[in-house]
Amino acid sequence: MSDLASTARVVRALGARSIRQTFRRPQLISPIIVFPTLLLAIQTGGAGAGVELPGFPPVQSFLQFMLAGSMMQAMMLAGNSGGIAFAVDIEMGFTDRLFAAPIPRFAIVLGRLAGTAALGLFAALWFLAIGLIFGAEIEGGVPGALLAIALITASALAVGGIGAAIALRSGSASVVQGLFPLVLVVLFLSSAFFPQELMIEPARTIAEYNPLSFIVEGVREPIISGIDATHTLEAVAAIAGIIILGLVLSARALQHRLRVG
Amino acid sequence: MEATATAPAWRANLATILALMARTRNEIIRVPGAAIPGVLAPTIFFLGLNGVFGALTQLSGFETGSYESFIVPVSMLQGAGFTGAAAGVNLARDYERGWVDRLLVSPAPRWVLLTGNVLAASARAFVPATFVLAIAFALGAQWPGIDGLVICFAMVAATAAIAACWGSMLALRFKSQSAAPLMQAGMMGLILLTPAYAPLALLQPWLEKVASVNPLTEVVEAARQGFVGSVTWSGTWPGLLALAGLLLVLGALALREMRRTNV
Repeated sequence: MSDLASTARVVRALGARSIRQTFRRPQLISPIIVFPTLLLAIQTGGAGAGVELPGFPPVQSFLQFMLAGSMMQAMMLAGNSGGIAFAVDIEMGFTDRLFAAPIPRFAIVLGRLAGTAALGLFAALWFLAIGLIFGAEIEGGVPGALLAIALITASALAVGGIGAAIALRSGSASVVQGLFPLVLVVLFLSSAFFPQELMIEPARTIAEYNPLSFIVEGVREPIISGIDATHTLEAVAAIAGIIILGLVLSARALQHRLRVG
Repeated sequence: MEATATAPAWRANLATILALMARTRNEIIRVPGAAIPGVLAPTIFFLGLNGVFGALTQLSGFETGSYESFIVPVSMLQGAGFTGAAAGVNLARDYERGWVDRLLVSPAPRWVLLTGNVLAASARAFVPATFVLAIAFALGAQWPGIDGLVICFAMVAATAAIAACWGSMLALRFKSQSAAPLMQAGMMGLILLTPAYAPLALLQPWLEKVASVNPLTEVVEAARQGFVGSVTWSGTWPGLLALAGLLLVLGALALREMRRTNV
């Protein structure tokens, strides 16, 4: 078997393990699905009248507007949950056993990220299904839905990279878990839940430069109006930036982990 | 043989409750970091919701022009919900470590053990509530008056007690910290399926229906009244009644689980 094929097998096996792990533990799956779904329902019902505000972009409903935000939230929390699970593996010595196995080290991280990306894909499908069931239309049609799914999956991979880097560096599940509030802060300071123009300062200015705003707009456009090249490219650039950051941090953290044991 | 003098039952029960409350207080003093998530979560929600949905006050039908004033009681109640649910998570942790077994073989009645846990959560809820309120005042939230403040904190303490009963019930049923998301999501749903983000008339029809039958709606309205207007008895008693009813039902269910728990 070629090196590439055997590495792919390792990545697939570790990815499948991380997905099974998430679905077996309520404390891991709950933040990815239960909380964002609950918040989607509450925010749609509670702040839905916001679409009547002057300056709100033309949308079919607030639910349609919110779908991208909920996918982003689930994707971010999937990255965080992936980091927690990775840290638990380090604490329990499972990762040490993998380090001793004759497999490339990067495949260990990649396996975890593959699992996180799969959870991002699941979250995107989940929220699109919820949107369609409750009457939201996808203006970009099937290509628009596929684009939104692809962007969320890639984002999960990107954010998962940062989660994995922190897990490798700290080796502590509680440290990664401690990032949960930070995830919410970063989300609130983006245009995930409301149009940036209608946000209150200083949140509005921060949202303008927050990379997550670019991603969320790239996911939202195909849902509320159709595929738009500018928004898509901005989202891809933001995701690529986070992936590079995650790769650099993960590589350094992996070296640190191998050094300290 | 000479009979030994024993303390009256009520005094022993009170001492047990105070000891359980002191244990929680010690936990905060010795591990202050453990209290951070409970303080941070409602604060982030308060700041986040204020920044994101602050423009909603421009809609006609909003009773105040200050979203900070409108949302701060909800964030305080949310902090109480998190704190109460955390009491359930801690009980599950204590069960996993065998501490609950030791309590159960003690001569203390089950209701005393439950009361200690619940009152400790109520007292602990003042920490996040005070923190969020201080931030809200710094951002310009309206002063609710002494009566409004007292009512708001009373609602916070009672909501924490309800959440602790709910969390304790689940902790004793599942006997695992894995039930934590259910404890937190349950309380979060109960508190936010109310006119939390906007007045009842501005909610979407489905949420308006849910909120109008959710007993926590009365609690939110009672806690909020001083921040958005004046305090009245007619705005207060439905909240007190709702809390009493919830406390009775969830307290009875938690006690039933505690009585069913065998060593």
